[in-house]
Amino acid sequence: MDWSLPELVSTFGEIDSIFWLITVITGVIFLGVEVALIYLVIRYRHREGRKAEYVHGHLGTEVVWTVIPFLIVLFLGFKSAGVWLEIKDPRRFPEEGVPLKVTAKQFEWNITYPGSDGRLDTGDDFIKRNQLHVPVGVPIRVTLTAEDVIHSFFLPQFRVKQDAVPGMEIQVWFQATKTGEYVLGCAELCGLGHYKMKGSVTVHTPEEFERWQAEEFERQREEAAS
Amino acid sequence: MTQAATYTHPATATGLDSWKVGFWTFIGSECLFFGSLISTYMVYKGESLVGPTSHEILNIPLTSISTFVLLTSSLMMVLALAAVQRGSRRGALLWLLLTAWFGSLFLGFQAFEFTQFYHEGLTPQKNLFGASFFVLTGFHGAHVTVGVIWLLTLWVLALRGRLGRADALKVEIAGLYWHFVDVVWIAIFTLVYLIQ
Amino acid sequence: MAITKARAATVTAGPHARGGIWSWITTVDHKRIGILYGTSALVFFLVGGLEALLIRAQLARPENGFVGPETYNQLFTMHGTTMVFLVAMPAAVAFFNYIVPLQIGARDVAFPRLNALSYWVFLFGGLFMNSSFLLGQAPNGGWTGYVPLTGPRFAPGLHIDFWVLGLSMLGISSILGGVNFITTIINLRAPGMRLMRMPLFTWMTLVTSFLLVTAMPVIAVALILLIFDRFFGTSFYAPAGGGDPVLWQHLFWMFGHPEVYILILPAFGMVSEVIPTFSRKPLFGYAIMVYSGILIGFIGWGVWSHHMFATGLGPIADAFFAIATMIIAIPTGVKIFNWLATMWGGSLRFSTAMLFAIGVIASFTIGGISGIMHSAAPADLQQHDTYFVVAHFHYTIFGGTILGTFAGIYYWFPKMTGRLLDERLGKWHFWLMFLGFHLTFFPMHWIGLLGMPRRIFTYYDELGLGSLNLLATIGAFTQGVAVVLFLWNLLRSRRHGVVVGPNPWNAATLEWSIPSPPPEYNFAVIPEVHSREPLWERREATPAPPAPEPAIHLPPPSHWPIVVAFGVLLTFGLFLANVWWVPLGGVALVAFGVMNWAFEPGH
Repeated sequence: MDWSLPELVSTFGEIDSIFWLITVITGVIFLGVEVALIYLVIRYRHREGRKAEYVHGHLGTEVVWTVIPFLIVLFLGFKSAGVWLEIKDPRRFPEEGVPLKVTAKQFEWNITYPGSDGRLDTGDDFIKRNQLHVPVGVPIRVTLTAEDVIHSFFLPQFRVKQDAVPGMEIQVWFQATKTGEYVLGCAELCGLGHYKMKGSVTVHTPEEFERWQAEEFERQREEAAS
Repeated sequence: MTQAATYTHPATATGLDSWKVGFWTFIGSECLFFGSLISTYMVYKGESLVGPTSHEILNIPLTSISTFVLLTSSLMMVLALAAVQRGSRRGALLWLLLTAWFGSLFLGFQAFEFTQFYHEGLTPQKNLFGASFFVLTGFHGAHVTVGVIWLLTLWVLALRGRLGRADALKVEIAGLYWHFVDVVWIAIFTLVYLIQ
Repeated sequence: MAITKARAATVTAGPHARGGIWSWITTVDHKRIGILYGTSALVFFLVGGLEALLIRAQLARPENGFVGPETYNQLFTMHGTTMVFLVAMPAAVAFFNYIVPLQIGARDVAFPRLNALSYWVFLFGGLFMNSSFLLGQAPNGGWTGYVPLTGPRFAPGLHIDFWVLGLSMLGISSILGGVNFITTIINLRAPGMRLMRMPLFTWMTLVTSFLLVTAMPVIAVALILLIFDRFFGTSFYAPAGGGDPVLWQHLFWMFGHPEVYILILPAFGMVSEVIPTFSRKPLFGYAIMVYSGILIGFIGWGVWSHHMFATGLGPIADAFFAIATMIIAIPTGVKIFNWLATMWGGSLRFSTAMLFAIGVIASFTIGGISGIMHSAAPADLQQHDTYFVVAHFHYTIFGGTILGTFAGIYYWFPKMTGRLLDERLGKWHFWLMFLGFHLTFFPMHWIGLLGMPRRIFTYYDELGLGSLNLLATIGAFTQGVAVVLFLWNLLRSRRHGVVVGPNPWNAATLEWSIPSPPPEYNFAVIPEVHSREPLWERREATPAPPAPEPAIHLPPPSHWPIVVAFGVLLTFGLFLANVWWVPLGGVALVAFGVMNWAFEPGH
């Protein structure tokens, strides 16, 4: 079991960097506050014969502990805004890669695959429920919608979370860096079955992914025929 | 207002009467309320899936008249307050009743407009325009109704001779409310009717 | 009627109905209303706490079947709604009521009957919402009530009806309360009590009241639109009719983030009273503390969308809200530094109140830090809607508001009753609660980082979260024990606590200059204030009291507030009949009550 963030298997490592950066900086402040608190509690506990010092305040000190935190949060704010734009700015979305359509409904994820032509809305599309298969090392461009209520498309190991809102088509992208089995969850309360709304994520090599798509398409066509 | 000191109110830290401070605060709260309703209307402008929507159905000439009626009532309200502060019972009776009458007239226009829309197929359930229009103007109408009842109550007080100079504050507060409701209507008239 | 008037003329005359249920029902005395608020908040605290224990019992181990998903959703929805609207807010309002008029040297609030009305509307709203449990149809859409899940199509039944109608009533109560306290603080200050001499708690009450008055109408509109969708078939939030579910989120959080500060600022105010008193020093940087509170109130309005990073608003808007959220950390941090500086060079006495105040500094800091993590949009993306967020807001609302309120209770209880709460039991209460609290919520940071979403009724063992969750459950029950100790202390000390005089803590503010408990009229003579710490300055030069005032006019009791409140209850409750004109019955009762109220003699 991990003791911090789960294993990272996407290219969004900067999210983790930001998280750790903030953890370290604020951790120092936190330790400072707690150490100071303990020191004060011991040092200035009531003792007979010692009177409290009569101090109203000190402007210089106030300025220092206002300005320094201000600079810190401004730094963090702009840094994280930069990372955010990199992930979310539509102008920087990859244009290549595998397009997928993910439709959420109570309580399942329906994923439309483009088939061998690599394009959606063509004859070789097929739908798979609660199973997200993607190739490694290729951008995955997801068009996210919901049929009924709001859901949230959550891939913890990929650092991806995006609400699926009925009536809206939202674009989200990610790129896997490692093959294997991972989880897909719903992070927005969507009703009684919210807890069981989950799926699996399988990251294949590109060749495997092609093979899987072809097999799955064939299988579904035979099923439909019989 | 040289005769403002005709009644005494309990000394306060600011010298302002508490009712006035409280009522201004309440009006501030009401601004946020109507602001949110108007924002909802604006957000949903042009988002209706089916008609009829604003430009097909709003009757600007008619509403201009009702707006004029409501604005006139604000003038009456000013005169009513002046009459009470002067200690003129007859003036108070006349202007309070006229304010209430013009307010009711405005409500009559609104009732007519609502029925008209209903017959033309616009209901709150019909589309987003209907929903946001009726809720916004309906809540404004409810505020006018409360104002009319308030004014009529003051009128009855005046009739019984219980609205003297010392009670000018009561009329002033009612006036604050009345003018506020008017201002809200000007915003609604501009944003809903004029700018389509 | 003439008799009532005569009765009002002097405070000593006549049966002002000192005891008995009726005297409480008709009271307009701010101190009694404060006690009513406090007692109600405590009862709701037990209800919400019980819900929390049931939640933790269910989550104690993976794939548990202690309660089903339906019950579970009702439990966490009502736990959240109860703790925010029926516990944290009214507990703060209890102190607004009892303490603020005493701190500014007033005999009551500006509008005593309106104050009673606020209370009764709050109580009826809370009882109405909780009565849904009797029908087995408690609200189940989360305390944030996101549409369309709470719309008519996906939430049939009465669950959400109870929620949306009950919350509307609570909103009305809060707006009226806010108007009352703003007016009271602006207008009823004793001579010499300039704004910059007001105690910090009064200041924070003022800021909170402004937030109430401005934020509540926004959620009122959100709720009204939902009421129209549910009862009259409109499509404000229904995508099928063109409506936009995100509108709800905007309106809700535009209210919701100021609401966060509505919850925390009163506790900040209490801590700012307790720490100087038990450090024997004036508050460090008084002016900065005031300005930072005001600043928090302002910026609190500009950060709402940080709750919606995962919704998809567009990257520029997100970045703006992220930076605004970062900046709000500064005035909050400054407060913590100033409290520490107040202790520096002091002579600290560790009464239970002081322990709780120190507990706030120690705990709230953690909540503030995880708040900074959330304001970084990319980091928030991973944490949003997971247990990390649950940990964060419990560190702020429990670690800040609840611990701070307990500090306030231990601090002001002797003022309210003339007796001390037992200090030995109090220390047990503090340590059990403090340790239990951290044991419950600290592990949730990891539970969340590892990816456990909130609001799920059970989880599978594969994530390896069983032991951390069990730890949290043990912590929760430890807190339960602490609450039982507190209750016992409260009941026992009310009768058998050590009797104390006006100023047991040797504190500096005006409320400690009058007897404990204060007489009905508070101040026999309205004091004149010359500094921020009147009772500490007075040591040197005690001014001769001016001539006593001839008669103190106090408003007589009134039953119209509860009548009007009942009308409000009917108005909203009758919506459940689902016939559009039936609620008008309640409106008629409100109108009738208001008319009688307006012409009630003696007010």
